[in-house]
Amino acid sequence: MNDKFNPLIIAFCCNWCAYAAADLAGVSRLQYPVNTRIIRVMCTGMIHPNMVIDSLTKGADGVLICG
Amino acid sequence: MNNKLSINTAKQGSVLIVGGGIGGMQAALDLANSGFNVQMVHKDSGIGGTMAMLDKTFPTGDCSMCMISPKMVELSRHINIDMHTLANVVSVEGEPGDFKVKVKLMPRYVDSEKCTGCGICEEKCPKKLTSEYEQGLTVRKAIYSLFPQALPNTRVIDRDNCIYFQKGKCKVCEKFCTANAILWEDTEKEIELNVGAIILSPGLERYNPVIRPELGFGRWPNVVTSIQFERILSASGPYQGTVMRPGDKKHPKKVAWIQCVGSRDFNNANPWCSSVCCMYATKQAMIAKDHDPDIEPAIFYIDMRTFGKDFDKYVTRAQEDYGVRYQRALISMVREEPDTGNLILRYAEQDGKLSTETFDMVVLSIGFQPHSDAASFSKIFGIELDKDLFAKTGSFTPVETSQPGIYVTGIYQGPKDIPETVMQGSAVAGKAMELLNEARGTKARIKEIVPERDVKNEDPRIGVFVCHCGFNIAGTIDIQAAVEHAKSLPNVTYAGDYLFACSKDSQDKMKEMIETDKLNRIVVAACSPRTHDVLFQETLQDTGINKYLFEMANIRNQCSWVHSADKQGATKKAKSLIQMAVSKACLLEPLYEQEVAMNRSALVIGGGLAGMTAAKNLADQGYHTYLIEKSNALGGQALNLYKTWQGDDVPEYVAESIHGIKSNPNIDVLLNTRLKKADGFVGNFQSIVETKGKEQQIDHGVTIIATGATEFKPDQYLYGKDPRVLTALELDRKLIDKNDSLKDMNTTVFIQCVGSRNKENPYCSKVCCTHAVQNAIELKTLNSAMFVFILYRDIRTFGRREELYREAREKGVIFIRYDIDTEININPGKTDLEINFISPDLQQGVKINANMLVLSTAMRAPQENPIAQLFKLPTNEDGFFIEAHVKLRPMDFAADGVFVCGLAHSPKPIDESIAQGLGAASRAVTLLSRKKAFGSAIVSKPIDENCDGCAFCIDTCPFKALTLLEYMKNGDVKKTVETNEVLCKGCGSCMATCPKLGIFVSGFTINQLNAQVEAALEIV
Repeated sequence: MNDKFNPLIIAFCCNWCAYAAADLAGVSRLQYPVNTRIIRVMCTGMIHPNMVIDSLTKGADGVLICG
Repeated sequence: MNNKLSINTAKQGSVLIVGGGIGGMQAALDLANSGFNVQMVHKDSGIGGTMAMLDKTFPTGDCSMCMISPKMVELSRHINIDMHTLANVVSVEGEPGDFKVKVKLMPRYVDSEKCTGCGICEEKCPKKLTSEYEQGLTVRKAIYSLFPQALPNTRVIDRDNCIYFQKGKCKVCEKFCTANAILWEDTEKEIELNVGAIILSPGLERYNPVIRPELGFGRWPNVVTSIQFERILSASGPYQGTVMRPGDKKHPKKVAWIQCVGSRDFNNANPWCSSVCCMYATKQAMIAKDHDPDIEPAIFYIDMRTFGKDFDKYVTRAQEDYGVRYQRALISMVREEPDTGNLILRYAEQDGKLSTETFDMVVLSIGFQPHSDAASFSKIFGIELDKDLFAKTGSFTPVETSQPGIYVTGIYQGPKDIPETVMQGSAVAGKAMELLNEARGTKARIKEIVPERDVKNEDPRIGVFVCHCGFNIAGTIDIQAAVEHAKSLPNVTYAGDYLFACSKDSQDKMKEMIETDKLNRIVVAACSPRTHDVLFQETLQDTGINKYLFEMANIRNQCSWVHSADKQGATKKAKSLIQMAVSKACLLEPLYEQEVAMNRSALVIGGGLAGMTAAKNLADQGYHTYLIEKSNALGGQALNLYKTWQGDDVPEYVAESIHGIKSNPNIDVLLNTRLKKADGFVGNFQSIVETKGKEQQIDHGVTIIATGATEFKPDQYLYGKDPRVLTALELDRKLIDKNDSLKDMNTTVFIQCVGSRNKENPYCSKVCCTHAVQNAIELKTLNSAMFVFILYRDIRTFGRREELYREAREKGVIFIRYDIDTEININPGKTDLEINFISPDLQQGVKINANMLVLSTAMRAPQENPIAQLFKLPTNEDGFFIEAHVKLRPMDFAADGVFVCGLAHSPKPIDESIAQGLGAASRAVTLLSRKKAFGSAIVSKPIDENCDGCAFCIDTCPFKALTLLEYMKNGDVKKTVETNEVLCKGCGSCMATCPKLGIFVSGFTINQLNAQVEAALEIV
């Protein structure tokens, strides 16, 4: 392992669009780094601001909200 | 078809649908969701039709596959839809209500019972062939599926090109198929189906531009068809969405679209307008620019036919925001520049001067036509075709063929776009249900329900099922490591790996493990819940486990497939994804869908043709219908119309319809009636209506809005000041009344787009061009010596209406273009109206002395729309209702149980209003045919002790699903909120707004989501 910054990004993805897009990226075999963890939500509207702050305080290097 | 003598047999509760494109799919789902069995016969190896080939769709730019794929999944899983692919109907016998249909099934050579759809066979097959789906731009294998998301997902062997079949050895596919699904000995079979009605949706063929050698297709490699360009744009297409030209894979800069290739051509090709090419070319130009901002798109066209809802605004965006160049010109020739592969276009400019211009790539906007076997196809069903081989239908019966009990939808009926096909898809379902109403439910299958095991007091006992998906997951991820990791997690009782978790044997194993290990939560680490959760949830239900005690870890689409170059990283991520799913699973609770009784009657608002059609169809399906109309008569705008564009008498049909409505025992007509109040939700609406000062309450389960539109009365061109100036409908009135003065006119002038397509009203009213052309012909027929001029901007005689345009020109009607930026001046002379304007084509002033001036005025939505306010429904900036989805839900609203049809949705001609009226009724019956309405289980749940009644959530709820309550608690007034679980869509805006943790969405609570976050941050 090298010392390269290896961030961990929490990605909240809307079930109806961004989560489907992430699936399609798979179907299309698009390649991207392994650093994201996708969490499926029914709408990005349900993401409480505290969830973003909590993610960051607990150690996430970034939070992505896609919807 | 041989018609046997009528023998009064009982009607069949099943329907045959021939063709699995979007029109057939819509019909199938409506029927299957309304108590009918559907037998779908499709000639290809997978359903989807043309829509599945498209990249994006206009005018929203939505991804086509993302829209059609969930529909395909729903269809392929539906308990009441039987799909027969690689199948053709060979004969039909019987009568409406009871047809016997012989279907030939071609061999697939792959056993769909055993095949898991992993695709390893396709990957390993050594034979490469031109891909038809990718329009020849790339290759496919001899064992293949049409496209990655094709359903059924069983591959098919192309016998003519398979090495084993042709040379006797290879069988590579068999060697790699771990499911033993290859079936070399598969043979052609014939089956007989017994159905009550038949729906034809065979789809379309595209014009072959090789027939026009001057355009260079097939000769110059950088000349492509529009469908090829669609694939080029697609991220899953041959170039992964990079815009390249096929000749040398260079990025083109200047790209030209040539419109009307194979359309509007009476000499060499099809005489009709294909209706969609102007819009798709605009879309392709914009998407191409999105993909590569350096592209300079130019569209060469005859008339810009963007007549649909919000289409003109789309073109304006293309011009203003994307810099798409629109040039009115006929391309006479395309030549290749030697050495560069560039293409030289020769065309006549507006002033007639010949020009040449060089482009890097040329896209031919090819039109639609019926299948080349349309004639023999029609003979099987005994239906009549018109001279162009489209199925013959009537002005007022747009989805009925000449053969009773056989209906038609989609392009086999005439060129049209996706939403119109979907409208017709629902419309044919409505007609079939009307015919077969008494047999509803007789052939529908009902799923058995296993009693649920109560797991509330049990500790979580989680079973983790990790899928190899053949090599799809196992080829990248270390499955054993993932399983071992799962076993190490708290509350995991069992973890195991499966070659294909979705296959039947794995499902049986899952059931066995649930029983032997007393599992009460299931995690499947495999593909996506979007495609597979229902399958696994059904297995849970079959073993008596609540289906919401289930979670998926998406280790294929979102892991192995996208990290195939980083096996170590992918394995680590897979472990993490499994841990996240397990953490959430520990906190899952059983959930239940809210049930409400369904009031099985309907309210139709608006008694025009669309509303009357919907009401009659509902009534004939046995549902009591209230039809309210604010004026003192039924008929709506149709009362003012003379003839349909096909020449049929409108007043006669309207009178007949009104009679039919009034004599129908299932319809209560309330004239002079307005809606005052609308309460309730799907299944339980309570509406207060007022008739001449008297109010009454109507209880109904569904609502159909058909409130119509009106003709715009202009304040220009001397309208209202000079009696010689009329609107189009006022001319119709004179024609209906057989007014003698009409034939004495020397000269009549029509002005198009009065109140349409301007700054204030930037939309096209769709019907006015055809209406003017039709009435011009009518005047010429009354008096062939009359001079008739039509001043237009683009002649939009779309589809088959193009032939009227030709007829008008042949009869001597003179068409002159005017420019919106230069004024048309009218001087009221004593004898004549003097009309002065500048023609951009003639490049000079034109003066016409006319006796009559007809203004083709716009269609206007009501300025005030109480119905929209009462039902809280959205309208667009032009005042027309906004449907739930512009492509696939053209009759629905986001709010359940409310539907729209007719002019209230957008300007449209009579046949489309009727189809949409039938369609709205069919959509409504998918609800009315149930005894109960089911809400979703994923809805918000208030936590009373946390809620202080601040009501922030009520303001944010987009579905108006929350109400504030007050009740007495320990002697004090306590405020709290309540969710209407039928209205709630589970979006969770309330949850994100609540400062007190007072409301959560079931299955997605903050605790559950936080558990996922925490697990994601653990080091694995």
